[in-house]
Amino acid sequence: MSTDNQGPVWEVFIQTKAGKPYRHVGAVHAYDKEMAMENARDLYTRRSEGTAIWLVKAEDIVASQPEDMGAFFEPSNDKPYRHPTFYVMPEGAKHI
Amino acid sequence: MENQKRLDEFQAKIDAGIKIEPKDWMPDKYRQTLVRQMSQHAHSEVIGMQPEANWLTRAPSLRAKKILMAKIQDEGGHGLYLYCAAETLGVSRDQYIQWLHEGKSKYASVFNYPSPTWADMGAIGWLVDGAAIVNQVSLQRTSYGPYARAMVRICKEESFHQRQGYEIMAEMAKGTPEQKEMAQEALNRWWWPSLMMFGPHDKESSNSGQSMKWGIKLESNDDLRQQFIDKTIPQVELIGLEVPDKNAKLMPNGSYKTSDIDWDEFWNVIKGNGPCNSQRLKHHKKAHDDGAWVRAAAEAYGKKQMELVD
Repeated sequence: MSTDNQGPVWEVFIQTKAGKPYRHVGAVHAYDKEMAMENARDLYTRRSEGTAIWLVKAEDIVASQPEDMGAFFEPSNDKPYRHPTFYVMPEGAKHI
Repeated sequence: MENQKRLDEFQAKIDAGIKIEPKDWMPDKYRQTLVRQMSQHAHSEVIGMQPEANWLTRAPSLRAKKILMAKIQDEGGHGLYLYCAAETLGVSRDQYIQWLHEGKSKYASVFNYPSPTWADMGAIGWLVDGAAIVNQVSLQRTSYGPYARAMVRICKEESFHQRQGYEIMAEMAKGTPEQKEMAQEALNRWWWPSLMMFGPHDKESSNSGQSMKWGIKLESNDDLRQQFIDKTIPQVELIGLEVPDKNAKLMPNGSYKTSDIDWDEFWNVIKGNGPCNSQRLKHHKKAHDDGAWVRAAAEAYGKKQMELVD
């Protein structure tokens, strides 16, 4: 019975309407792509929550690790000049 | 291995309102508490389909039948949201189901009560879902990210459940004397089990203190129960029914005082001696076993698809 896990896990991303970004909403279990798509539709769009769905097999996702969060993102911490607020504008400058 | 520094950092995160995510370090006890609570919550949604399915083929109109069907589908959906969230703790779907079947994992005792009349469909939606909403609204702020996000989705969908139930009760309450009596009897049946859904008194709730410290639980059992009572009694009165508690009394602070719950009954049902305990579990096992060939066939088909791609 140990293999009876209702299929692999697929992460589900929904676009609420055209032009909006896809957002993670949860996951489904399914044995193939078509079934995953139907399960995701039935589970996550019962009230017209979306116009499009992306599915990714959970095992195919590459994710950063929480423990190296600090060091991994460190390179951007000492570059405040990437932000517009870094710059001093002359008094009275408009539309900039 | 869990040194004090890690625990302190974890607690600081919780206190700062930062959600805990699946790959973050967490104390074993935090994980265990969530495994227990989230699986119990998921099982409750799924087992909760049974008392309602009892009336699906006998709904009094096509409208009522469609609504009931949609509600039962939602309950199944809520179970799936919660299983997925619970699986992020590193326990498989299969394991959770096995624990349910072995009796190692519980579900809400309220679903061990029978639903003998159509009015029970009204009372369940109004009171059982109503009580669940009070609890779940609070859990939207729980400290474990996947659980909190599942709760947000569930809360959005639950209010239809409660309103359809109250509509059934309101209709019956203004119907024939027999219909009104049927509504009153259903209210009498579900009133106390709904109040019991919030669990034992704070002082007898063994897991409460630590769960609140870790932000798994945000409000105490008694506080949540009182919120539900205060919302519900005016709804009972509005449709001309009677609260099945002679001692229910409005206090000057706007809150209601009620009789104490029959805790012997509460513990008895939890221990498995409720009217429908064995029936509910037996039915779940049967449905699961009857579906085994479908899962086996789908798995074989899925593998074949993959081979074709390769």
